[in-house]
Amino acid sequence: MGNLWNQFFQRPDYLAIAPEIVLTLFGLGILMIDFMLERRDKFLNAVTALLGLGFAAVKLLMWMFQSQTPSYSGFDGRFSLDTFAIFLKLVIVLATAIVVLISVKYLEVEQVHLGEYYALLLLSAVGMMFLASGTDLIVLFIALELMALCEYVLTGFLRGNRRSNEAAMKFFLLGAFSSGLLLYGMSLLYGFSGSTRLADIQAALAQRPRGDALVWVAMITLLAGLFFKIAAVPFHQWTPDAYEGAPTSITAFISVAPKVGSFAIFLRLLLVGLKPFDGQWQLLVIGVAIATMTLGNLAALSQTNIKRFFGYSTISHVGYLLLGVIAAADGNRDGLLAVLIYLFVYAFMNLGAFAVIILMRRKDIIGDELDDLSGLMARAPGMALLMLVYLLSLAGIPPTAGFIGKYFIFLSLIETGHYYLAVLGVAYAVVALYYYFRIVVAMFMKRAPDQVPLESSWGLTVALVVTLAVTVAIGVYPEPLIRLAQTAAVPLF
Amino acid sequence: MKLWPLGLYFVLVIGLVATMLVVSYFLGQRHMERETGEPYEGGIVSEGSARVRFSMKFYLVAVFFVIFDLESVFIYAWAVAGRQLGWAGYWEVLVFIGVLGLTLVYLWRLGALDWNPSAGGRRP
Repeated sequence: MGNLWNQFFQRPDYLAIAPEIVLTLFGLGILMIDFMLERRDKFLNAVTALLGLGFAAVKLLMWMFQSQTPSYSGFDGRFSLDTFAIFLKLVIVLATAIVVLISVKYLEVEQVHLGEYYALLLLSAVGMMFLASGTDLIVLFIALELMALCEYVLTGFLRGNRRSNEAAMKFFLLGAFSSGLLLYGMSLLYGFSGSTRLADIQAALAQRPRGDALVWVAMITLLAGLFFKIAAVPFHQWTPDAYEGAPTSITAFISVAPKVGSFAIFLRLLLVGLKPFDGQWQLLVIGVAIATMTLGNLAALSQTNIKRFFGYSTISHVGYLLLGVIAAADGNRDGLLAVLIYLFVYAFMNLGAFAVIILMRRKDIIGDELDDLSGLMARAPGMALLMLVYLLSLAGIPPTAGFIGKYFIFLSLIETGHYYLAVLGVAYAVVALYYYFRIVVAMFMKRAPDQVPLESSWGLTVALVVTLAVTVAIGVYPEPLIRLAQTAAVPLF
Repeated sequence: MKLWPLGLYFVLVIGLVATMLVVSYFLGQRHMERETGEPYEGGIVSEGSARVRFSMKFYLVAVFFVIFDLESVFIYAWAVAGRQLGWAGYWEVLVFIGVLGLTLVYLWRLGALDWNPSAGGRRP
């Protein structure tokens, strides 16, 4: 076996990407199995997808708790499986599993019985997982495109629906444009360093003078491309349209999982590759964070479509996440810790809220207008109370998980002396409380528009139980999550 | 690094094109008939509208061609470095071709390769 492995291919490298390999195999397997299933057995595709995600999660946990080398760097320094990557990968796998659970019934109502749906979800998750681990520009770019291309197709998955097609087209065109910008920035970074590895780029940038014009150009184009992916102002325009037109289960997916993947590449590029210029990019991020919070929160005030509403709500959450990045730029580890905790918490509370919205989708009623939630308390009190918990958490009220996320963001800002940003963030949290409570008012104080019974399903029930449990448990007892996030923050500092 | 050959090359290219345009401007004939403004297509006067409906199948086949054609480029990239990559690289390329084979099976079962849509396949 000695000659079988050489300097480019080493056996442990393949063990490190085992979760991704498993997910790819399951994704391809679903495409093949789908042809053998009768229409009424299509839910088995979802079961297969869950099985694959389960295996991937187990592999990740085994690596974390059994391996002697929790921080492993393979493929010639282009792939790194450290605690940071494992933490984000676990969030991605869990979020994808919840999306699979809430998709089964939605696809039945929409009469979309295509196995490709689950295959694309899994392949998109593979892209995100490589984003969390990639330490090389080419790996990162290919992973980003794998994630994004699957998302474009999924957004347009309701083929007979004009809104879905329009959303997919807008999403695709703007996404392709942003990828071009990102590549331009990457090509300049390669030009500086002669290497695509982030560690080499960091070393090469450290040699250059502060305020170097070319570095500014590289940084601005790179950040513009990344801001597109995480939907930060002024590159957010695709978000409400794509969210509104996409199938609701996919709206849930693209509002959570790609944010985790995109923040992974964002953090690695900024905190490793562009580390020598952290004072410079911090200025850019501060401006963008203020604009993102302002626009996201103020635009959400006047939305009547729930999916658009959550589009703007997502934008405002991205603004808060950027605040944590700003603190991390000052070398504050709590800033990174806050971003990681916020991503974890946000994934669960947002997916929970979307599970309730998917429940509203019933025959002939799309259920994505704010009025469709009216009178929910009278017809399904349990669901209304669940939605209330998720909305409180999204607004950041204790004792829910959302409070813990916001708490660490503000803590890190105060530790680094960005008082005005902390004040702004708290002020906008008040605005957010107002618009989240518009939904609560509709649910509790308005009359229901119709009496079509709501049907749940096993998938939705499991998803609701899991998201509720996590949202409340972390709010009451955040200690384990904080510990986990602390170990995850180590590799980048 | 000597840059003057590149400069000379540019000068020659621009000179050649300019000469061709200028000489034909002075020596060429001029016509102003009814057909002069027509779109030129192989010397034949065009007739009918260009907005004819084509079958989607042409588009599909073209896309498949582009995809599989591009994939073969990756195999060339491996072939160039085949010896350094050794057996491990060989297995990786086999996996790559295996995935390509799976996609071919997928397209086949989907009915995308059937020219006649009614001949079977899962979806139109």
